[in-house]
Amino acid sequence: MLQAPTLSEKKRSINDMNGTGVLLRIFKDYLFQTAVIVGSITVFVPLLLILGYIVRNGIAAVDWQFLTGPPRPIGEPGGGIANAIIGSAMLIVIASIIAVPIGIATGIYLSENRSSRAAVIVRMCIDILQGIPSIVVGIIAYAWIVVSSGTFSALSGGVALAFIMLPVIIRATEETMNMIPDTIREASLALGVSYTRTVLKVLVPAGVSGILTGILLSIARIAGETAPLLFTSFGNPYMSTDIFKPVDSLPHIIFNYAISPYPEWHTKAWGAALVLIVFVLGLNISAKILTRRWTVRF
Amino acid sequence: MHISSDRIFKTILALAGISIPALLIAFIVTLLIDSVPAFLRIGSAFFTETTWDPVAQQFGVRAFVVGTILTSCIALVLSIPFSLSIALFLGEYYRTGVWSTLLKSAIELLAGIPSVIYGMWALFVLVPMVRSVQLQLGVPPYGIGIMTASLVLTVMIIPYSASISSDVIAMVPADLKEAALSLGATRYEMLRSVVLPYALSGISAGTLLSLGRALGETMAVTMVIGNANRMPDSIFSPANTMASIIANEFAEATDPVHLASLIKVGLLLMIITMLINAAGTYVIRKKTLNQ
Repeated sequence: MLQAPTLSEKKRSINDMNGTGVLLRIFKDYLFQTAVIVGSITVFVPLLLILGYIVRNGIAAVDWQFLTGPPRPIGEPGGGIANAIIGSAMLIVIASIIAVPIGIATGIYLSENRSSRAAVIVRMCIDILQGIPSIVVGIIAYAWIVVSSGTFSALSGGVALAFIMLPVIIRATEETMNMIPDTIREASLALGVSYTRTVLKVLVPAGVSGILTGILLSIARIAGETAPLLFTSFGNPYMSTDIFKPVDSLPHIIFNYAISPYPEWHTKAWGAALVLIVFVLGLNISAKILTRRWTVRF
Repeated sequence: MHISSDRIFKTILALAGISIPALLIAFIVTLLIDSVPAFLRIGSAFFTETTWDPVAQQFGVRAFVVGTILTSCIALVLSIPFSLSIALFLGEYYRTGVWSTLLKSAIELLAGIPSVIYGMWALFVLVPMVRSVQLQLGVPPYGIGIMTASLVLTVMIIPYSASISSDVIAMVPADLKEAALSLGATRYEMLRSVVLPYALSGISAGTLLSLGRALGETMAVTMVIGNANRMPDSIFSPANTMASIIANEFAEATDPVHLASLIKVGLLLMIITMLINAAGTYVIRKKTLNQ
């Protein structure tokens, strides 16, 4: 419906004819673009601040003895974080042993039954699982394993981390398998290869780089998780390799040392943070290189 | 021979598939059963009471719900201008090129930093900064508190909402944008009147999903929020969130009612994040299906 222009609209159109309105519009355009650029570049500030502090304070703390020595009581010089590195490695191995097979199998299941109703429900559950706060996952592992075994343990921490790993691995596997063209499957089946062998010897090897990337990313994700470990693996100032005993882990000692009142421990926390961040970012970067360099393209 | 091994293989796959819903149901059942002592002992006072005093057997969750909502919502509001800028930068202004690669890597790095490291950095760097601001403002200079927690949460959630929003903005059909430009609109006018309205639902879904993350974030918040079990009276006062009270007290809770109350806090937290995430996922799914 056309309406008679109001006075302000008339004024505006006259302005446009004179060119002043156009200038204003162009100015607004520039202003907005500048705001977008400034707003975007601002995120570099916290990133550089965080990385800068960790590298500067961490390098001073890290030496060979720090990486390989056991912790010493407060007051004694030296001491390292070897027990936490071993503990983190144990937790990651336990979590991977549980989550990798189930995750890959579920991913294959979802990709093989793409549009079935069951797959839709499973996918929805994965979304929910991924959204559960990690501290709540810790409560579950506590209720299932710590309570029934009567002690905090590396095993319970590993189980908690496995629950966090699962959705990441399932997603990566499903997406990778979905990208493999049907012709490959049909070629294999047409040669008389059984379904099981087609999946395990043809489809999975074709998607192995994607699946591996998913596993690396999920390890990067859990390596820094602290919340679910607080009351599962609990922490342990001594070297321990028993999966039924509490263990320390890198994120956990960062937390304990950072909130302690001792400056020496703060230094250790920065050192541990540097080790952890190099590990996590290293995993992320290798996952990226893996996808770029070693993807079977169709 | 083949048929039977195929059947076994398919059964194994189906079992793995079913294990996920089963796991989820088991999670919820476990939390429900283990929080029963709290339901019996405290009842509805759990939701209405503001006092949380394990010694006096008083367990009211209200102060923590307020703390959680305050920190998350402040973080969300603070993060929106930045995540929207990044989304427009990556989705519209600089889709390819050195700057976009650089910004994308920066966001990935930010998303990859573990939460305990954010917490530690906030404790040693952000807290003194906030303290000096508080001295200027004349409020008690705790340094730790809701505002500090919100600031670190802001940095932590920017990557999530920015990457979702930039995907949505990049999906806006080119013919719509070209139509606006051909009518003489400047780029800003085109963004304001075509792109943003079109992408609004996707952007709000991204915001909802990052809210879901902020609500459940534990370590960084626990380290700088001040751990005060009382109703916050200003945005600078020390408080606790639902996640941080669990992190602080769970390992030390020996009394069964205390433990059950903490598990109930966990159940409540899980339900709230599930609802928020479900809403966000629903909007995103609808949006991508319409394309």
